[in-house]
Amino acid sequence: MFNLSKFYYKFRRVWKAIKLFFILSGPGIVVMVADNDAGGITTYAATGAKYGYNLIWFLVILVPVAYYVQEMTVRLGAITKRGHGEAIFAGFGAFWGWFSLLDLLVVNWLTLVTEFIGMTSALRIFGISPLITVIGVCVLMGVMVINGRYWTWEKIALVFCAVNLIYIPAAFMVNPSVHDIIHTGLIPNLPPGGFNNELFFYLMANVGTTIAPWMLFFQQSAVVDKGMKEKDIPWGKLDTLVGSILTVVVAIFIVVVTGTILKGINIDDAAQASQLLIKTNKYAGTFMAIGLFDAGLLGAICISLASSWAFGEVFGWAHSLNNKIREAPWFYANYFLSLFTAGAVVLIPNAPLVLITLFVQVIAVTLLPAALVFLILLLNNKKTMGEHTNNLWQNIVATFIVVVIVILSSLYGISTLFPSMFK
Amino acid sequence: MLKEFLLNNFSKIREINRKYAKPNVEMSRWVKVSLLFLRLYLIFLVGLLLYKFMTMI
Repeated sequence: MFNLSKFYYKFRRVWKAIKLFFILSGPGIVVMVADNDAGGITTYAATGAKYGYNLIWFLVILVPVAYYVQEMTVRLGAITKRGHGEAIFAGFGAFWGWFSLLDLLVVNWLTLVTEFIGMTSALRIFGISPLITVIGVCVLMGVMVINGRYWTWEKIALVFCAVNLIYIPAAFMVNPSVHDIIHTGLIPNLPPGGFNNELFFYLMANVGTTIAPWMLFFQQSAVVDKGMKEKDIPWGKLDTLVGSILTVVVAIFIVVVTGTILKGINIDDAAQASQLLIKTNKYAGTFMAIGLFDAGLLGAICISLASSWAFGEVFGWAHSLNNKIREAPWFYANYFLSLFTAGAVVLIPNAPLVLITLFVQVIAVTLLPAALVFLILLLNNKKTMGEHTNNLWQNIVATFIVVVIVILSSLYGISTLFPSMFK
Repeated sequence: MLKEFLLNNFSKIREINRKYAKPNVEMSRWVKVSLLFLRLYLIFLVGLLLYKFMTMI
């Protein structure tokens, strides 16, 4: 009887913790899964098609990379109650503040266009015209925010995060060799051909898609909008850890799908991979296309909000998803304006979409190093962070990760300007 | 109406500039070095972009 009551007590405690996690989780999972946006899916699909399972181990390394960077935004948001844009203004003055805000506006808008490119090309596979896709996405994203509750928005976003897991059944459908995945994928090794410029390019692309500037701005603002407090930081960190594991798991399953069926084929985008997959395995290809649409949608949801939050914080407008449209007109105007204009670009005949896709990477590297460096410096500001200031160990890990990300993503961006650099 | 909108925004921008004129992060040596690095990095990137633009024409 005593053991039974002890077990019941333990069960109640664990159940309570799980319930608390589900209440407090959200920003970390949403931002991390949305990190696998249309561009990310293309990168992973191309990596799998090019190198098979050989680079799966490298993706596993990206879990701590994503976690250590993003958990800093949780601490900063929960303690200062400021988004990243406002924190940069307050911490480093108006010059760096305006630079970050305007750069974020440009890079987010361009990235939003690439999300629409991904979504329209995914649904085109099912015979749905780009016009219908753009209108449908704008309506859906309007419905998500229109009822003026952060909680509702977050739960709908989490449903789309769950759809992102569609790559897992897709991988089982193509019957991959588990033995090969373990032996050539999970054990660190170099693909046949060894370390060359092309492999370096793919490694850079994978690191480049792991951390994007909008992710820092989005998660910090989401933590503030959700109303997370200092005592919630451990849950926020767990939320971020679960999210970073999920994002890499999804990436691995994408690599497994394309690495099994399309190995040796050069892939230009994920929609092309879906079409090729449909020829071999109808359901796996269909799942790939659905996943691409969902990835673009999740990216669009987060990116458009990241800009609106940042502008709202700095300009002092009401900027919460808990506000109704009439209570925060400028916040929602920014949200819908970026959404409609980015969607409209995709519908323009002969719009330079490839150029825009390439340009995103170049513009992103002008903001990412600044946003990351500011993040570390702000986390070292004892005056505002108190006991949550970075300790020596956290600084060593974070600085190492940031230096590697800055070098690799910069080289990736520069290689977009000079394509022959790594070929 | 447009004039009023622009005027309002310009005054808002001036207000923001005044509000954040003094950075609240202590400008230690490391902070100064980091900001200098960022400035040089951005100059380098802008230089690359200009070079690319000029060689494209």
